[in-house]
Amino acid sequence: MIRSILADMTPDPAADRVVPPTGHTAWLTQFTAGVMAFLAVFALALSMAAGRLADRWEDALARTATIRISAPEDQMQVQTEAVLALLSTTPGIAEARALSDDEQRALLAPWFGPDLPLDELPIPRLIELTEDGEGYDSEGLRQRLAAEAPGAILDDHDRWRRPLAIAAGRLQALGFGAVVLILAATGAVISLAAKASLASNDQVIRVLRQIGARDTYIARAFVRRFTLRALSGAAAGTLAGLVVLWLMPSGGDAAGFLTGLGFEGFGWLWAWTLPILSAAIAFAATRATAFAKLGTMR
Amino acid sequence: MIAFDNVAYSYGGGELLSEVSLSLAPGSFHFLTGPSGSGKSTLLKLCYAELLPTAGQITIFDRDARGLSRDDVARVRRRIGVVHQDCQFLDHLPVATNVTLPLAVTRRETSAQDLEDLLAWVGLSHLAGAMPPELSGGERQRAAVARAVIMSPDVLLADEPTGNLDWEMSVRLLTLLVELNRMGKTIVIATHDMNLIRMAKSQVATRVLRIKDRRVQLAGADL
Ligand SMILES: Nc1ncnc2c1ncn2[C@@H]1O[C@H](COP(=O)(O)OP(=O)(O)OP(=O)(O)O)[C@@H](O)[C@H]1O
Ligand SMILES: [Mg+2]
Repeated sequence: MIRSILADMTPDPAADRVVPPTGHTAWLTQFTAGVMAFLAVFALALSMAAGRLADRWEDALARTATIRISAPEDQMQVQTEAVLALLSTTPGIAEARALSDDEQRALLAPWFGPDLPLDELPIPRLIELTEDGEGYDSEGLRQRLAAEAPGAILDDHDRWRRPLAIAAGRLQALGFGAVVLILAATGAVISLAAKASLASNDQVIRVLRQIGARDTYIARAFVRRFTLRALSGAAAGTLAGLVVLWLMPSGGDAAGFLTGLGFEGFGWLWAWTLPILSAAIAFAATRATAFAKLGTMR
Repeated sequence: MIAFDNVAYSYGGGELLSEVSLSLAPGSFHFLTGPSGSGKSTLLKLCYAELLPTAGQITIFDRDARGLSRDDVARVRRRIGVVHQDCQFLDHLPVATNVTLPLAVTRRETSAQDLEDLLAWVGLSHLAGAMPPELSGGERQRAAVARAVIMSPDVLLADEPTGNLDWEMSVRLLTLLVELNRMGKTIVIATHDMNLIRMAKSQVATRVLRIKDRRVQLAGADL
């Protein structure tokens, strides 16, 4: 397999010459591959940036919320138990648990130091709850809390981000889908171009067949040509796309999504798979088209 | 080399050739004649597996033409030089490159001297660098002969090779073909030119096949 691909791509000027040069159509194929790669770079960048965003927001959410109970000391235990009982019957809540004194102390330590006399201060009790599945109905829960434990306050301010995180995830998939579609379009365009080229070289192919050229010899002349065009065009398009991304102003963390539309780390390498993929697609498309054409003649 | 056994061929309408049985022995020299449209070119195409018989069996180099894979067909054609009635070339490449094309497609080289000798042999030395569309009909035919023989094929099939040539050139070409035959090549020439056939008969033992009423018959001593 690999060997045959290498054989197909080994330069052979004599064999390449048997197919006449095509002038501007050659340039069009290259141009199209370039534009497609350019667009694919953005789709890929978008997908990756959205992916990073989704990850960050998902982490922040972690699907937990806190209930804070502030009550006179003699009612604290009662209310805590009432809240826990209530939570255990609330749909959409996987787990609820009161933090221990040690845990609360650890949470407060950064502000008040480690020697906080918890017993003597009116510190609210914290209950950590974890959602499951679709999550809970936060308005309903608030009302029930108000009825059963007047000192309990539900703090789930991170919840509003959930739709955003989901949207970011969808955007990531969308960007990836766009890359796939763009590559498929590249393949379709190259197929058409190859088909046109084979049709306009009908006589050349007939002569070659007649003097004893094998199908692979004839197909290679076309395959090499279109693969190299796709590769060079897509490489130029990718480079142009990367330069444009690189020139985008960097806004640091605060600027968020728009300025984050670049590649990070290995993302830059991923972009360079685009020309390789384009070339591979052109290779396969031209080869299939050439053999289909050759199959129609003796 | 090539044998037909009760072969019939039709392009889709009625049968053009019927009950054709013949055998081209190694080193033989055949002429193929018949009225225009009788199927001479078609019969030659059957010989190099451009067409497959609609009935009967054709054996090419001891192999059934129908059983040849596409690569087999390519290999068979390297052993059969063909001069087409409408000689086709790669118009964007010079004559010399066209002539050496059969070697190029099998990744073989030809020595400059051999090429020069060959072009001189067909009288085209001065046109080695010309483009095929610039050639006259006769020059095209000679270039086609040169291309057909450069692989030193076992069989040479020529379809009206002298159609565009004056008598002097025709005789020269015939001499070339007779020479090839003396070197052991099997030759088949489709032609209307009775003078050419008589001329050949005076130089070499030939057989004349005539297509008449869809059948191929051996022509008598009248030629
Ligand atoms: N590809 C084709 N499809 C349909 N009919 C064809 C095809 N090629 C040839 N024919 C028909 O078959 C018949 C024989 O054609 P062929 O070329 O074999 O004749 P020929 O003997 O070589 O004639 P000529 O002496 O004029 O060259 C003709 O009537 C021609 O119209
Ligand atoms: Mg003919």
